[in-house]
Amino acid sequence: MQPSDMSAVDLVTAVRQGDLTALRATEAFLEQIERLDGQINAFLSVDRDGALRTAAAVDAKRKAGKTLGPLAGLPVAVKDALCTSDLPTTCASKMLAGFRPPYDAEVVARLRAADAVIVGKTNMDEFAMGGSNENSAFGPVHNPWDLTRAPGGSSGGSAACVAADMAPVAIGSDTGGSIRQPAGLCGITGLKPTYGRVSRRGLVAFASSLDQIGPMARSAADCALLLETIAGHDPGDATSLDLPVPAYGSDLERPLEGVRIGRVPAHFGAGLDPEVAHAVEEAFAAFRAAGATIIDIDMPHADAGVATYYLVAPCEASSNLARYDGAHYGHRAEPGKGHRAEPGKLQPAEPVSGQGNASGGFESALVEMYCRSRAEGFGPEVKRRIMLGTYALSAGYYDAYYAKALKVRRLIRQDYLDAFEKVDLIGGPVSATAAFKLGEKSGDPLAMYLVDLYTVCTNLAGVGGISFPCGFTKGGLPIGFQLQAPALAEPLLLRATDRYQHLTDWHRRRPAIAARPR
Amino acid sequence: MTATPTAAAPFTTVIGLEVHVQLQTRTKLFCGCSTTFGAAPNTHVCPTCLGLPGSLPVMNRTAFELAVRAALALGCKIAPFTKWDRKNYFYPDLPKGYQISQFDLPFSSAGALEVVDPKGALSRNVRITRVHLEEDAGKSMHDEAAGTGDTRIDLNRAGTPLCEIVTEPDLRSPQEARAWLNELKLLLVYLGVSDCNMQEGSLRVDANVNLHIPSDGGRIAKTPIVEIKNMNSFRSVERALVYEAARQYEEWQATKAEMGKTPKQTRGWDDPAGVTRAQRHKEESSDYRYFPEPDLVPVTVSEEWLAATREAMGDPPSVLREKLAARWKIPAYDADVLVNQGRELVAYFEDLAERVGEGKVASNWMQQDVLRTLNERGGSIDAFPVRPAALAELIGRVAKGDFDTSRAREIFAEVLASGRTVDEVVASMGIAAVDDDELITLCRELLAANPRVVADVKGGKEQAAAGLIGQAKKKNPNVNPGKVRAMCLDLIRQM
Repeated sequence: MQPSDMSAVDLVTAVRQGDLTALRATEAFLEQIERLDGQINAFLSVDRDGALRTAAAVDAKRKAGKTLGPLAGLPVAVKDALCTSDLPTTCASKMLAGFRPPYDAEVVARLRAADAVIVGKTNMDEFAMGGSNENSAFGPVHNPWDLTRAPGGSSGGSAACVAADMAPVAIGSDTGGSIRQPAGLCGITGLKPTYGRVSRRGLVAFASSLDQIGPMARSAADCALLLETIAGHDPGDATSLDLPVPAYGSDLERPLEGVRIGRVPAHFGAGLDPEVAHAVEEAFAAFRAAGATIIDIDMPHADAGVATYYLVAPCEASSNLARYDGAHYGHRAEPGKGHRAEPGKLQPAEPVSGQGNASGGFESALVEMYCRSRAEGFGPEVKRRIMLGTYALSAGYYDAYYAKALKVRRLIRQDYLDAFEKVDLIGGPVSATAAFKLGEKSGDPLAMYLVDLYTVCTNLAGVGGISFPCGFTKGGLPIGFQLQAPALAEPLLLRATDRYQHLTDWHRRRPAIAARPR
Repeated sequence: MTATPTAAAPFTTVIGLEVHVQLQTRTKLFCGCSTTFGAAPNTHVCPTCLGLPGSLPVMNRTAFELAVRAALALGCKIAPFTKWDRKNYFYPDLPKGYQISQFDLPFSSAGALEVVDPKGALSRNVRITRVHLEEDAGKSMHDEAAGTGDTRIDLNRAGTPLCEIVTEPDLRSPQEARAWLNELKLLLVYLGVSDCNMQEGSLRVDANVNLHIPSDGGRIAKTPIVEIKNMNSFRSVERALVYEAARQYEEWQATKAEMGKTPKQTRGWDDPAGVTRAQRHKEESSDYRYFPEPDLVPVTVSEEWLAATREAMGDPPSVLREKLAARWKIPAYDADVLVNQGRELVAYFEDLAERVGEGKVASNWMQQDVLRTLNERGGSIDAFPVRPAALAELIGRVAKGDFDTSRAREIFAEVLASGRTVDEVVASMGIAAVDDDELITLCRELLAANPRVVADVKGGKEQAAAGLIGQAKKKNPNVNPGKVRAMCLDLIRQM
């Protein structure tokens, strides 16, 4: 069996038992990257030398009889929103092109400590803002199932590289669906953990109260393996939960008898593609067959989810992205270059003139440097969200927008608390359609925002969610199913998904492009 | 005082202060970097205080405790729940593009600090609006002289914990403002909250000032409020306020402009020139877009924790003054002078008073000798070469009649100058107790040589005997003047 066909669980077992060297496993995935990534563009950087070095070190460690980490020899792709001290961290933005952080994100440090092999950094929507990966400053990712289609986003590179066997597992981040939606569109399994379960330290912030890092893999079992390493308290993240980490892989096989899964009839309204609706209903049937009870529930404030999300997230983003001002690091505009207005495009601010005091000259040059650095460094969607957030936080608008959004957020959170009185999990579609064409929605920001319809409420409520394939369209595109659970119920999310994956083989299907030439 | 309008000052000056004090923590408010002053630029920095992508803040509990200590001593209410907010603005010395501060739920509010002049000239209770915690920004150094427009940024200070103390406009004169700041500084230093070193920027003051001017028909005209910045000593604060009050009065006479008609003005104090100058209006128009800091969790404060903090706090100066006056039976004025010198001097005094057994005598020596010498020599009381034990011995020997106070002062000066012990100095100066026989002989000689004095005393003018003491000291510097006087009077009575 090719290493690239093996599950992550089998890979680490094989390496630990000496049936497979870490070097050979790593080489296999690097070969696949070399063969395919020119077409898919899932990676922003590939660390061939570093990965081979790490793999060789793992093999040496094993030879020397030392204890191996739980992910020993496992190649991992990491979203480019996580800081890595040995690789650039760009967030797919021109603003951070070539930026190399002086430190590793907590999750990256945990991966290294677990003897994982980081193969590279994956493409994404710029600063994780988007649902198609078209907002990358370094070109879109192509969906391995159909290269003319989007892989979803923002963790599109992480989803695509796992789908195309370029890595067995990947790290993504999810602010409003950025793990689950691309996992759904690429036919893989992606988990957004409970807010605070995984440290955010070193994750370049988009919206701090919503961001959460999670595993992306081919199966629930592989997600469990990765989550066990990356979850846990970090004293360096004040929002990280100081609670023990369960052995996520140990309880997967318990049957689903007695588990109640909520179904929200409103999910099946207008806008849901009939093929997707059908596959999702089939998945409910499969869960019923596996012993679960399906109960229709109401989420009365879910309608307000997207509107709430598109206030909370841009408000936080407008502040989080203020640091990219050209003063200390990242892109800085060349001094003295004039601007010409481009019709129909977002324009840089007019240079602000001095106000007639001693420091006026400095002030105006400074403001001009800020304006131009940000105008040049950020892409249109990032600018749009910074402006939305800045506007909504401004004096006179705060109460009408941000404060109201926080109130609705509390109502949505309450919806979940009420629902989880009646059910253990909530099931439904991840997105309304299968993968859409590249360019299909990129001219219509509002249509793009609605892509997040089924996923944003999970983040607003701070609970966990998982997405996995539950069928294919007639055109051969994967369809995703989402389960959401109460806070810290990751063991149940993983168990339910694993049980489903024992009854079905949707998650085993690979796109044609991934098949190795004989 | 100009608390009420007089002919000389036909207005009331109304002053409120905003004080920023740097808390005495080893590390910054949200990261582990050192707060030591004076390091090479940008050496006390890490991803968090540099605002690097992905970095997160974690609250320094010690900073919170120190701030609570200050607020408790200022009589503030401590909120059971407090949160952090982001204050958004762009500036190169603010690397995140926002300052972590507290907006609508500061950790404390509604306190007061009284300033009392023991001479009775001043007495003002100044209400504290709020005390909150925030992080400091870095420092920008503009290279204006070179004209190149280069600006250098030092982020060592970025993230240093600051306590912001805001008063109500309760102060009524520049002198009061200065006295109140002295009291505040004393309090914060006593509590170990801050070193309040203005040169190093550990304490910064902005003042809001306007005038209330009685005008036609008993109406009070209020001049526009001006905020004064850039004052780097308490003396500057007083001078700036004096200048600004005069300037506002002059302007009012010319324009009759009143509060509310123009936006609040910010003026910078130019210390060498002794004037305030208008600054740009940028501050007034900014919208900081405050919102709750999502990277930090709210802080809850329990009653038990507060009680423990209060317990560990020690006496604030106002309480200590009363305790000292009562315990050592010294006047309020003495207690004030001692307490105002700081905790270490109070400890020295109490040690001395304990050994001497007489508070007032010990206090006199402190006020007249120790403090004067300390002021001349500089340095701290802990490094003062005459320790309480030696000084107590000196004072004890005066009480015993070995020598008089002025002789004791000479010994004190010599001990300080030479570093020798009291005994050594006494021996080297040839000071020996004069025995009674010797004294009688001396007094007889004096009386024989001064028949006029004898006659005057006999005539009822006892004070005439004072003239004999000087002569006695000339003949033998070691004589005790009190004894000489008593013995001469005795001998005259027997004549």
